[in-house]
Amino acid sequence: MISNQRRSLAERIFDILNYAFMALFSFICIYPFYYVFIYSISEPRLAQKGVYLWPGQFNVDAYIKIFSLHTIPHAFLVSVEKTVIFTVLCVYFSSMLAYLFTKHVMPFRKVMYRIVISSMYLNSGLIPWYITMKTYGLRNSFLLYVLPGIINAFYIILIKTYIEQLPASLEESAQIDGAGFMTVFNRIIFPLSKPIVATVAVYASVGCWNSWIDNYLLVENPNLQTIQVILFGYLNEAQSLTQDISAMLANAGSGRQLHLSPETIKMSITVISVLPIILVYPFLQKNFIKGIMLGAVKG
Amino acid sequence: MLSKRNKIGWTYFLVAMPFMIYVIAFYFVPLFGWVYSFYNYNPALSFSQLKFVGFDNFVKIFHERSEIFRVLKNTLAMSFLMILITPLPMIAAVMINEIKHNKFKRFIQTVTTLPNFISWIVVFALSFAIFSNEGLYYTLLRNLHIDVPVIGIMGNNGAAWFFQAGLYAWKTIGWTMIIYMAAIAGIDSEQYEAARIDGADKFGLMRHITIPGLGPTLFVLLLLQISNLLNNGLDQFFVFYNPLVADKLDVLDYYIYKVGWGVSDYSYATVLGMVKSLLGIALLFAVNYLSKKTKGESIL
Repeated sequence: MISNQRRSLAERIFDILNYAFMALFSFICIYPFYYVFIYSISEPRLAQKGVYLWPGQFNVDAYIKIFSLHTIPHAFLVSVEKTVIFTVLCVYFSSMLAYLFTKHVMPFRKVMYRIVISSMYLNSGLIPWYITMKTYGLRNSFLLYVLPGIINAFYIILIKTYIEQLPASLEESAQIDGAGFMTVFNRIIFPLSKPIVATVAVYASVGCWNSWIDNYLLVENPNLQTIQVILFGYLNEAQSLTQDISAMLANAGSGRQLHLSPETIKMSITVISVLPIILVYPFLQKNFIKGIMLGAVKG
Repeated sequence: MLSKRNKIGWTYFLVAMPFMIYVIAFYFVPLFGWVYSFYNYNPALSFSQLKFVGFDNFVKIFHERSEIFRVLKNTLAMSFLMILITPLPMIAAVMINEIKHNKFKRFIQTVTTLPNFISWIVVFALSFAIFSNEGLYYTLLRNLHIDVPVIGIMGNNGAAWFFQAGLYAWKTIGWTMIIYMAAIAGIDSEQYEAARIDGADKFGLMRHITIPGLGPTLFVLLLLQISNLLNNGLDQFFVFYNPLVADKLDVLDYYIYKVGWGVSDYSYATVLGMVKSLLGIALLFAVNYLSKKTKGESIL
């Protein structure tokens, strides 16, 4: 350890600049989120004049109105549903295939593994993908959100590497007891792989929550819109939603005076669409980092 | 008769079959869509009714070369800026490593990785909140009685590339930094001890141990970035596209979308996508070959 006395002036200047710079970097990363949040809970007219650090006159009318509109809570639920279902399917089936790939007695193991890994580098392009999904009848279907991507080559590499270092004895004893493939997988392998499964679940769920091109290009059904596309639509003043909201603003005069502005509503929808990420963020971050470490070791 | 071992093996094989069918259906079947490159695709017609046009759609790339050059210029400009950004996470990681307060260190790490977890739509929403004309930045300037340009940064044509590169940096630096921090954690601490005994100061340690220790990681990430020369991604350019910056944000990925959905020339869009994919794979192999030659290690 270098003692304080031996630290040169240059080092001390570096330290101060370093702390200042890192504080600034952190501020730039987090402040936009904070700003949108305080704007969304401010009185609109005050917000328009500028809010910087504290909300101006606490006001959640925008949220009250948003949740009384059918569109946004519904889209939020669709996003939650698709994320949960996709994550479960992806984690379970990718793990099962990864487990199969650890079985050296399986014929054609190497060929099949290569086929799966090569899927990582193949990219048909937007149009062929679109046509294929349409041909499979996934257009305007909830299945479009949860079927593609269940088997993911990168996750399979991660899980396979993890399963390979589990002690083989556990599995062997179960097999001697006469347990079949599914029993061994469900009762032993899958539960033992919990750390890596959690990591993969995090990758899969964040990806699914944030995806929207599939919805945008292939799903017109208003009941299947996801929160991302609704947010984008409103940011771009998409027709129907803007009408809903302007009708809402016009009605605001009846009864209690509501404090609303298009900006406040935009900010509120943004907050709603990032909220799930922020809520589970500590869990997300821990597992993402674990994944990146494992990926780095592998790659 | 099969031996017991073989029987188990074939059971596994049978279980694996549905998975393989799935992989073929979702990753390989779409490749057959490339066949539309040779047809005049029309969604209303069945395949047998489509008109075979040979290489017409490929020749079109040549006829539209001025458009293609413009799009390639944007694509390469964005990729070049992204390559310039590549060393920044490494520098940030080296700096963070010098912060001795663990709580502050963890705070920086937590906060700077957050942008990685949000979609480009949300990035757009945040950017709108700050840089639109009624947004925070211009409101602040007005309140300080500073003149505000009529057209904000999001519509500034001259700055469009740099603004997008800045957003990309904002979204990715904190995250990529973690890869470097993992690499720093892997550097042998005895090296530091030895250098300290030799009288190296903080800067000496950084220059002679930490930064050289990160070289291989930087090299791999740089190569991967180079292999993505033609892939800027659709999302970012899709959400930030507007008439004022249109000619600057037309990168290949966006252009393919536009040809497909804007003017419904599906076949030509397929050709462009196919050429882009094949060039991408070629680049990846080239870069991998380079890595094997120089480092004796494959990055794939």
